[in-house]
Amino acid sequence: MALDLSLNRYADVPYEEKERLFNEVKQDMRYEEYLYGCYECGICVAACPSARFYDFSPRKIAQTMAREDVETFYILLNDSIWDCSQCFSCDRCPRQNSPGGIITLMREVAVKNGLASAQQALEGYGRIVYKIMSTGTQVSPDMLQPNAFPDWGPHVKEISDNLDLWRKALPPETLHTTETGWQVSDKTIIELYLIWHYTGVMDMIKEVDEGLFMILADVMEERLEEEGYDVTFD
Amino acid sequence: MIPVETLVKPAKEREFKVNPAEAPTEDYHDIIFQLEKEGEWEVLRVPEPYIEVETKFGRKKKIPIEKTWHHKSCGQCGHIPGYSTSIFWINRKLGLDYIDPTDQTSCTAWNYYASATSNVAAQAAVAMRNFAAAAETGYFPLIHCGTSFGHYKEVRQELIHSAELRRQVRDILAKLGKKLVMPEEIVHYSEWVHAMRHRIAEMQVRDMSMIAATVHPACHYHKLVREDAIYDPEIYGAQRTAIITATLKAIGVEVRDYSTWYDCCGFGFRHILVSRDFSRSFATQRKIEVMKEEADPDVVVTHDTGCVTTLDQSQFAAKAHGRNVGVPVMSDSQMAALAMGAHPYKVLQLHWHNTDNKPFLEKIGIDVEKAWQEFEEEVEKIKRGEKQYLTWEDVDA
Repeated sequence: MALDLSLNRYADVPYEEKERLFNEVKQDMRYEEYLYGCYECGICVAACPSARFYDFSPRKIAQTMAREDVETFYILLNDSIWDCSQCFSCDRCPRQNSPGGIITLMREVAVKNGLASAQQALEGYGRIVYKIMSTGTQVSPDMLQPNAFPDWGPHVKEISDNLDLWRKALPPETLHTTETGWQVSDKTIIELYLIWHYTGVMDMIKEVDEGLFMILADVMEERLEEEGYDVTFD
Repeated sequence: MIPVETLVKPAKEREFKVNPAEAPTEDYHDIIFQLEKEGEWEVLRVPEPYIEVETKFGRKKKIPIEKTWHHKSCGQCGHIPGYSTSIFWINRKLGLDYIDPTDQTSCTAWNYYASATSNVAAQAAVAMRNFAAAAETGYFPLIHCGTSFGHYKEVRQELIHSAELRRQVRDILAKLGKKLVMPEEIVHYSEWVHAMRHRIAEMQVRDMSMIAATVHPACHYHKLVREDAIYDPEIYGAQRTAIITATLKAIGVEVRDYSTWYDCCGFGFRHILVSRDFSRSFATQRKIEVMKEEADPDVVVTHDTGCVTTLDQSQFAAKAHGRNVGVPVMSDSQMAALAMGAHPYKVLQLHWHNTDNKPFLEKIGIDVEKAWQEFEEEVEKIKRGEKQYLTWEDVDA
C-alpha cells in the first residue's frame, strides 16, 4: 500500500500532540547516537529489505527527523515504522546514522502512548509478548502448530504430532521442555518479573493491550506473592 | 592537465588495510576497565587459555576456549534444537568444560525489535542479570543467538555512555542481590567455532571437500556495533566478516559467493511471526533464488536463529509455486559437528528442519535411511519406557 504523506491525513490531531511525541523520541538517551544528519545519498534505502516490498524508506525517517518535520514525523510514526525489519542494514550510512535505531525509539514512543496504529500493528502478537514476559523464553516448541504455520508445510504437523517424544530425544537436559525454549529456574523467573516491575514495562503493555496486561498481571502478581513480594501492577 | 592515473591507483593495485584509528567508536576495552577502576562495575575476565582474533578495524578480541556459560537462544532451543545441541556436542567432543544454565532468560530482544514493548532500562537490566548469573558460576558467557550478541553489544555501548543508566541498572540488580558485572568481551558462539576451527578440523572424520556452500552472515552479528565482529585479511581481504567462511574453509568446504550476501534473510522479527508474506518473499527471492542461480550450493550455512529459520522454512511455499529453491540450511555448529562425525538426527536433529537435506547428507556419504532408523530406535525405547531421555552417552555410543 502506498504511503500517504499528504498533511491532511492527520489534520484532526493537534500539532502540539505531534510535537510532544516528536520530542519524546528526541529525548531518548540513544537519539544523538542515531542521527548525525543526512547526505540524502540513499545508501540506506539500497540496503533496506523492507524498501523492496513496502512503500518504506529509512532515508525518509532520517531526513524527517533531521529537518524536525513534525507533521511528516507523525505520519511515519503511524503508517510506516512497523514495516521496518530491524535488521540494521541501514547502519552502513556514511554519516553513521541509524534509521533502524530511530525507528526503535519511535516504536517505543508509539507503544508507550498507546497509539491506535501501534495497537493495530501488534494485533496477533500478544501471545508472543505473553510468552516472553511470563516464561523468559520467546518461542516454545508447542507453538509449532500447523494452523499457526500453514505456509511451512506438513513438517510442522509432523513435529507437533511427535513433540513430546522428540523433545525427550534431545541430549541436553535443559531442552526436554515443550512450553518453554529451555528450562528456566523459578528464581530466575521471579527476577525477570521484578525487572519488568522496576522498569515500567507493564505500563507499556497496558497502553497497547489491556487484556494482555490483565492476564500478565495476574500471573506475575501471584508468582511474586508466593515468593513474598508484595507487587501490584496497576 | 594532470593525468588521472597519477592521482588514483588502478583498482587492482589498491590494497585494503585495517586501521584501528578508523573505528567509529573508542575501544570499549579501555572504557570498561576504566569504569571498573572507578568502582562502577566489575569486569568479568575472559578465562585463560583464550584465543586472540582480530575484529573489523584490527583490534584484538579474546575468545575463551572453555569454562563457557552457554547463553541459549529462544528460536534455536524452541524450534531448531539441533543447533544448540551441536554447539554442546562439539564442546564435549573436544573435552571442554562448560555450563548449560537454567539461571538464564532470553535477552528478550527478539520481542523488543518486533513489538517495542520494553525500554532501554529493562533491556539493559535483563542483559546484566544474565551476565551477573554467569559471573556467579565462575564461567564466561557464550552467546548463542546473533540478535542477543548484537543487542548486548548495543547495551554495552549504552551503559558505557550513560552513568544514569548504569546507576539505574545497578540499583535494580542490587534489589535482586546481584552485582553489576560487564564481561571483558561479548562473544558469539560462532566466534568460538571460528577460533576453534583448526582443532575442529584436526578431529574431522568426514570428508566435506565435495560440498559447495553459500554463507549468510547474520545482520545483527556484523551490522550492529560493526567494529566488534571478526574480520581476517585471509578471508575476503578483510572487507567483509570472516565468520562462518573461515570455519567452512578449515573443514574443506568450498565457499561460493553470490551478489546479495549483504542482504538480510527477511526475518524481520515481527514479520516472521505476523507478516510472514514479507519474510517468505524476501528470503526466497533475494537470497535462496539468487544463491541457486549464481552459486548452486549444496547447503546454505549461517549462524543465527532467525536466519536458519527464515531461509529454511520459507522455501516450502516457494517450492509449491515452482520457484528455483531447494537448498538445505544449517548453522556453522551443525556443519562443524557433522564434519567431526556427529549423528545427523541424534545430534544435528535435522528432522526439525524443513528443506530436503537428504541429497546433501548422501553426498557426504551418510546412509540417510539407516541414520533415521537409528534415531527412530532410540525414540521407540523412550516410547516403550525403556529410557526416559536420549542421553549424551547414547549419542556418543
